Amino acid sequence: MTFINYAAKEINCKIVYYGPGLGGKTTNLQYIYTKTAPERKGKMISLATEADRTLFFDFLPLDLGTIRGFTTRFHLYTVPGQVFYDASRKLILKGVDGVVFVADSQRERMEANVESIRNLEQNLEEHGLDLQELPFAQQFNKRDLGSVIPVEEMYRMLNYKREPTFEAVATNGFGVFDTLKSVAKQILVELRKR
Amino acid sequence: MEMFEEEFGSLQDSLRQLRLDSNARAVFLIDKNGQHIAAAGDVDEFDSTSLASLTAGNVAATDGLAKLIGEREFSVLFHEGQRDHIHISIVARRAILLVIFDDRSSLGLVRLRVKRASAEMERVFDRMDEKAAQTMRDTGDPSPFLEITDEDIDALFSE
Repeated sequence: MTFINYAAKEINCKIVYYGPGLGGKTTNLQYIYTKTAPERKGKMISLATEADRTLFFDFLPLDLGTIRGFTTRFHLYTVPGQVFYDASRKLILKGVDGVVFVADSQRERMEANVESIRNLEQNLEEHGLDLQELPFAQQFNKRDLGSVIPVEEMYRMLNYKREPTFEAVATNGFGVFDTLKSVAKQILVELRKR
Repeated sequence: MEMFEEEFGSLQDSLRQLRLDSNARAVFLIDKNGQHIAAAGDVDEFDSTSLASLTAGNVAATDGLAKLIGEREFSVLFHEGQRDHIHISIVARRAILLVIFDDRSSLGLVRLRVKRASAEMERVFDRMDEKAAQTMRDTGDPSPFLEITDEDIDALFSE
């Protein structure tokens, strides 16, 4: 839930990058980190295993400037994608304002994508949140690889509620900021309704 | 969560007092979702944003552990370092109070002072709830965010 501090004139929002293991969630955050000016970002924290797999979460705080006099901060988190880390994934969704689903475009990962969206829906429900109501964007990542599924086919299988969807190659940054902007905009538009 | 001037001031006062009474290096109040709320003491020596995120992660993981063994929560966490120590406790079920202290203080003193400060802060959070309920009933005071335009939002991403 967005934290608004009227005294300090700050808006703080939480965005979670969700998706199957090795889909590119951490790579998204790393790219955003490298391309963001030092004064607009905090330290990136990665709680990872020795083999560089996300163990608990990655965290990247961004300060995007002011809106109506309020400093607007986005806290970006990733979840561990591996199936057996479900308890940790659930914890990270606490208080989420918007979700980016990073899908792996490779044919052999489609089942993992589908399973992960279902898992997202269930874990949100346990926090009393409904994916239908929540700011949401999808990213079809790894479009540069050989065995990718056509976008239309992926859309048919993964689309949840006609959410904005972006093709991406997170390793070179293609589509990364478009995805972030999309979900951030939806969150700010939600603020108008409060 | 929405925080207004008066409550923010009261929480700051409680934190400053707690810091003095417990002889701590710094005290931080953090939202359970990982957002920094307020702090007092040698705050600039620490990266408060990272501290908030990791503390909330720590508390969330510990809450998960508690539930696994059938406890409602572990209300206090203590991390002992060689020089500095961290005392973490839950305030009003929704916020986390983090006290960083060294050998100029002691665990006993911190625990004692945290207890008093927590009770004070809990009352502030209760007032916040009342105010939020009041604002919801009071339709004459529209949200300042009602007038956010698409241009305002685009401007954030223009650089």
